[in-house]
Amino acid sequence: MDQAATAQASTRSFGSQKMARATLGQMVLALFIALFLLGFLIFPVATVLYVAFTEKGTGAFTLINFIDFARTDLFVRSFWNSFYVSAMSVVLASVFALPLAYITTRFTFRGAGLIQTLGFLPLIMPPFVGAVAMLLLFGRNGSINLLLDDWFGFKIPFMEGLNGVILVQSIHYFPFILINLSASLRNIDRAMEESAQNLGSSGFRLFRRIVFPLAMPGYLAGASLVFVKVFDDLATPLLLNVKDMLAPQAYLRVTSIGIADPMGYVISVVLIVMSVLAMWLSACAMKGRDYATVQRGGGGLMKRSMNRFETIVAYGVVTLILLLVLAPHLALLLLSFATVWSFSPLPDAYTLAHYSRVFGESFVYIKNTFLYASLAGLIDVVLGVAISYLVLRTKLIGREWLDFMASAALAIPGVVLGIGFLRAFYGVTLWNGQPLATVWIMIVIALAIRRLPYALRACYAALQQISQSLEEAAENLGANKARTVRRIVLPLMTGGIVAGFVTSFSTAAVELSATLMLVQSNSDAPLAYGLYVFMQSPAGRGPGAALGVIAVILVAVCSWASHVLIERTQKARGATS
Amino acid sequence: MTSLHHAVSHAHASNLEISDVHVSYGQNAVLKNVNLSIKPGEFFAFLGPSGCGKTTLLRLIAGFNQANRGSIKVGGKDISALPPWRRDVGMVFQSYALWPHLNVARNVAFGLEERGVPKAEITKRVQAALDLVGLSDYAQRLPSQLSGGQQQRVALARTIVIEPKILLLDEPLSNLDAKMRVEVRRELRDLQQRLGVTTIFVTHDQEEANAICDRMAVMNEGIIQQVGTPRELYERPANLFVANFLGHANVLRGAMGESGHDRSFTLRGGERLMIREGAHIPDDARLVLRPQAFSLARGTANGSWTGTVQDVEFLGAIIRYRVSLNQDDILVDASFRPGDEVYAPGEQVSVSFDSSSAVWLSQ
Ligand SMILES: Nc1ncnc2c1ncn2[C@@H]1O[C@H](COP(=O)(O)OP(=O)(O)O)[C@@H](O)[C@H]1O
Ligand SMILES: [Mg+2]
Repeated sequence: MDQAATAQASTRSFGSQKMARATLGQMVLALFIALFLLGFLIFPVATVLYVAFTEKGTGAFTLINFIDFARTDLFVRSFWNSFYVSAMSVVLASVFALPLAYITTRFTFRGAGLIQTLGFLPLIMPPFVGAVAMLLLFGRNGSINLLLDDWFGFKIPFMEGLNGVILVQSIHYFPFILINLSASLRNIDRAMEESAQNLGSSGFRLFRRIVFPLAMPGYLAGASLVFVKVFDDLATPLLLNVKDMLAPQAYLRVTSIGIADPMGYVISVVLIVMSVLAMWLSACAMKGRDYATVQRGGGGLMKRSMNRFETIVAYGVVTLILLLVLAPHLALLLLSFATVWSFSPLPDAYTLAHYSRVFGESFVYIKNTFLYASLAGLIDVVLGVAISYLVLRTKLIGREWLDFMASAALAIPGVVLGIGFLRAFYGVTLWNGQPLATVWIMIVIALAIRRLPYALRACYAALQQISQSLEEAAENLGANKARTVRRIVLPLMTGGIVAGFVTSFSTAAVELSATLMLVQSNSDAPLAYGLYVFMQSPAGRGPGAALGVIAVILVAVCSWASHVLIERTQKARGATS
Repeated sequence: MTSLHHAVSHAHASNLEISDVHVSYGQNAVLKNVNLSIKPGEFFAFLGPSGCGKTTLLRLIAGFNQANRGSIKVGGKDISALPPWRRDVGMVFQSYALWPHLNVARNVAFGLEERGVPKAEITKRVQAALDLVGLSDYAQRLPSQLSGGQQQRVALARTIVIEPKILLLDEPLSNLDAKMRVEVRRELRDLQQRLGVTTIFVTHDQEEANAICDRMAVMNEGIIQQVGTPRELYERPANLFVANFLGHANVLRGAMGESGHDRSFTLRGGERLMIREGAHIPDDARLVLRPQAFSLARGTANGSWTGTVQDVEFLGAIIRYRVSLNQDDILVDASFRPGDEVYAPGEQVSVSFDSSSAVWLSQ
């Protein structure tokens, strides 16, 4: 319970008067958080903006960099490629997610729970890891095309150029649509559908006029998330050797031409603008459409059983989709045990050598990942608890700004934050002359900033659910604010805090966009970076796959453990209240 | 008013025949041997405690539940095999179930659009229906921008605009506050009278049912206990459940006795009631008397029972006494007018009643 202790220490100085006025302790806490966010989020991003909008050398305001951007064929092409890939990924991800969501929420379907769980799996594997596995299965000389060539004498360019990025990204990110859409569908009260039937509607008309519009907000939320994630992703296109997209261009400019070249920064600004635009558009589309219609005593969407024909079709579709989206996992597993796997549908022989190699020389990656991801998770929950407490339980002026700043990280692509860190902290040197930007702790902070919005939302929701009367009762019985926080608030928030920590931990463990910029030496590198390095050479693919399997297992075990923990605390609380 | 009326009125109302309906969920029988006959244009209520199967029966009529056996006929035609969207049985849901993505006008137009009614006529009929419920100014609002009472009216307008053969209302007033409930109840009754549509109204509140319906069916544990007008059921309950569910009933146990020609009923405490000759009363019957059947007088009187006032509740128009007889306690309601004498706890009173208001029930 380290994080609880830290959070408690930071709130200990809260005065015991009612929340009418902010106490000194609260102000100090808020100031500390504000400084942290200003220093590690606002400042680096502002630096990126500054460089993009000023003349190199003089520092005078200029738009010339953007004009250069628009005049350079490569950049314009990269922009449209990124746009095309993102849009097509949304389309393809929808093709995977729609049937799964629809079948599992609307029919009494054996294995619906299993499908929803399996649907999560792609998320826990870094997409660039999947990319390698996908090459082996669907590439020009991958298993499928070899078989196709053998049997029918033709090949399908699944993985050629942008196709590959689209396929890999949509397989990786479709769970966002599945999760949001399923939640929306489940939130439609069955009376919504029944009243339509009662007034004479049925079948596809009923779906089109009532069910689909009501599920729209969930779909939009998922789709916009997919769009933004794909637009910002760096590692997948790089690994598939697709360089003419925006994020790879930003990375390549900064790493190959140098951190003084303004084009990387201009691209970063474009990435930010596109993220904000996509989120803003989806927010506009969803405005006033909070359609959670489940009523007191109402059931979710109407479920019915399928006839024999429908059952066969449904199982066929579900199996096909699951096979496809789980293919990278299977291929990765095979690859991690394969001696040689090329130009053949399956590996030639199997070995454990890759694992022993990974646990031997590459163990440092695993160790670093644990260290970085846990520290990042810890920072996130401490900040998350503190910010939600300040926002929900105090009248501190400007407290919403803390919330806003912390959430703004959502709109900052990882590669942009990485570039910002490099630029902002490269000039700052430590006592031994090492630039601040290259110290491993900066990787931790970048990861923490990137994941803060998610942890914050988890803590915020947890605190919001605690009735303030519980705290008032404790104060009424003689506990001061600090003791109330420690004895009542934090224990009740445990579920949310754990959820926040695990989300941060498990996503930070496989994050690459920001770290790719910041890792300076192999000894400081986390798992995702190691994977990336391994996967670039054919000889490294075996160990790379072994490392990938370890990453998947790591994240899966953590998610599962947190799920169990949260269930258990909820059950325990349910029993006492 | 006549044109509006015409736009949504029902040329001829339909009757509803439910015969021998059984519904069970697994082992759990929810409706048992239900037989009902509802007349054209009647305002009919299903009344019973929660969980007794009212909603199940209503949903069965609308086609959302399947009966294990039995038939449902509307206007002489068996609709049991029809899916909900072919039944022409309009249902107003307890939660209203207004679609949040459609405005009021489009909610109301939905059923007409599904029936392929021409656009111009839809506009006219939607307007008329909204006028009828007094919401024509709200046509462009979203449901979330309406109060509970307004939402309820939209739900009603949405259903009556399709001119259903039967109108089903599932606890339509339960989401309103107490004052609104009485108001809307009157409006509902008024509207039903004007439209003349056969209507079934589900409620667990006996006062609501009494006030609004022509006839009602009292249900308990999936069985229809009694069917009749509110007054019939109140005055002549068929069994103890009905007697107790419709207002308070004093149920007195005793023994039937015979001395010479006279039959008499003796309470456990010895109080005795002579029984008219020829009255057919089973031996195990209990005496059921409404609180207002009794009258009290100070002191004791010949031929009356004697009791002691235990406590007094002043309820405004009536005063409710709890009076203990030798063995039994009874509730007595006396109407109160300002200046009337009120008995105090501990006072001895004589208790008399009109034996024609006595009801004998053996179960
Ligand atoms: N789908 C169902 N599955 C199993 N039991 C049900 C279902 N729906 C209702 N019941 C049971 O049927 C009984 C009658 O329910 P209902 O008709 O809703 O009662 P009411 O509307 O009178 O309150 C209840 O005991 C309820 O638990
Ligand atoms: Mg009910």
